[in-house]
Amino acid sequence: METLIDIVLLSFLVLTALAVAKMHDLFAVVMLSGIYSLLTASLFLDLDAVDVAFTEASVGAGISTLLMLASLKLVGRYETRTRYRPMLALGVVLATGALLIYGTLDMPHFGSADAPVHQHVAPRYLNDSMGEVGVPNVVTSVLASYRGYDTLGETLVVFTAGIGVISLLRVSRRTKQQEMQKVPADMQQQIILRVVVKWLLPLILIFALYVQFHGDYGPGGGFQAGVIFAAGIILYTMLFGLSNASRVFPPKLLELLAALGVLLYGGVGIVCMLLGGNFLDYNSLRHDPVHGQHLGILLVELGVGLTVAAVMITIFFKFTWRTVKHKYLEK
Amino acid sequence: MNIIGLYNYWIVVVLMMIGFYVVIAHENLIKKLVGVSIFQTSVFFFYISMGKISGATPPILDDHYQLYSNPLPHVLILTAIVVGIATTALGLALVVRIQEAYGSIEEHEIQDQDTQDQMESRLEAYGFRKKHVLSVQNLDE
Repeated sequence: METLIDIVLLSFLVLTALAVAKMHDLFAVVMLSGIYSLLTASLFLDLDAVDVAFTEASVGAGISTLLMLASLKLVGRYETRTRYRPMLALGVVLATGALLIYGTLDMPHFGSADAPVHQHVAPRYLNDSMGEVGVPNVVTSVLASYRGYDTLGETLVVFTAGIGVISLLRVSRRTKQQEMQKVPADMQQQIILRVVVKWLLPLILIFALYVQFHGDYGPGGGFQAGVIFAAGIILYTMLFGLSNASRVFPPKLLELLAALGVLLYGGVGIVCMLLGGNFLDYNSLRHDPVHGQHLGILLVELGVGLTVAAVMITIFFKFTWRTVKHKYLEK
Repeated sequence: MNIIGLYNYWIVVVLMMIGFYVVIAHENLIKKLVGVSIFQTSVFFFYISMGKISGATPPILDDHYQLYSNPLPHVLILTAIVVGIATTALGLALVVRIQEAYGSIEEHEIQDQDTQDQMESRLEAYGFRKKHVLSVQNLDE
């Protein structure tokens, strides 16, 4: 049954990707890429990667589609048709594809338990993580503890990308102050949506917190929670306007929170060193190593969640400010 | 079973090549970014497919289950997805700025404008003065 679902979903994915390549209406392309992400998430679920499916559903189908739409508003909807027939590109692609297919021929078959991938470190994680880290969700214990250094790097990349977007899409303070008062949201008139969102918003935010703190025992963790939290705020922004949303989350506060998250993560590592352990070795945080691991993972995931949520909200705000600025300039 | 055995990897290659084609054959920068993200997801599939063991459950430990899928690819891809969206956002911000600077996000139009600018500055170097050279002189005075 799993294999059947796998095959059907993969075929759908190829069809969607082909449609994306064929279409010239970018609005349709972005919508299709949202569908593509949803299919991807279902497929990850089918392949036992519950945490990954969670992330892809909230990131790919939610935030990424929204950001693409926001930038389409700024750059225009249609792609001009290319003037030449790109036969050379097709040739390169086919040749590379053929080589890659040739490369797959001696790979271990899908789903085989004795493949080399499963022989190296995975058995240690699966057999010993309960005793060493004491967290049932192995993905969380590997993410935050065994490979904590790696995750610190990823959090830093998210932070850096956020800084990049902030510096690329600056809006002068004067425009902001002028517009702050009188920007109605584009969907201000949608009364039904407004009422529904008012009811949904607290639930979404509580769900984000649940995902954040329940990540040790089920699928979830800082990355997913941050994105879900940001999605809730973004939903609010779309319906109630940027001026209301930035009263709750002023840009300064968001920048502070993003930096605070990274600082918390790195700080935990340094405290571990001061207490006599290695960098990010949570065993030294408490007398009982497993308690130390619990505390370390909680703090580190909190740092990740803070940074991711703050960066995602900031990015969306910046794109929205840009559309506001363009509207203002047109007038 | 033999045909099914490599089906996932072949689809990964097909998706990757579709993404690759969109990146190199299309001129619209937004379309290129969508192509990049298709390419990216194909790599995600590759990792996750390798981590799957038939008949296993997701790697959340419980006494009722013995066989779990490999958690390591999940960790790598989970963080890669979030980093992916952050870098895509950066790319989109660059596209928006390019649109503002050039008035277009089609590659050949951007290139045309660049070559025109280059020609003009070269002409200036050979002594063909243009209007805006005057304003530079004014500034010097």
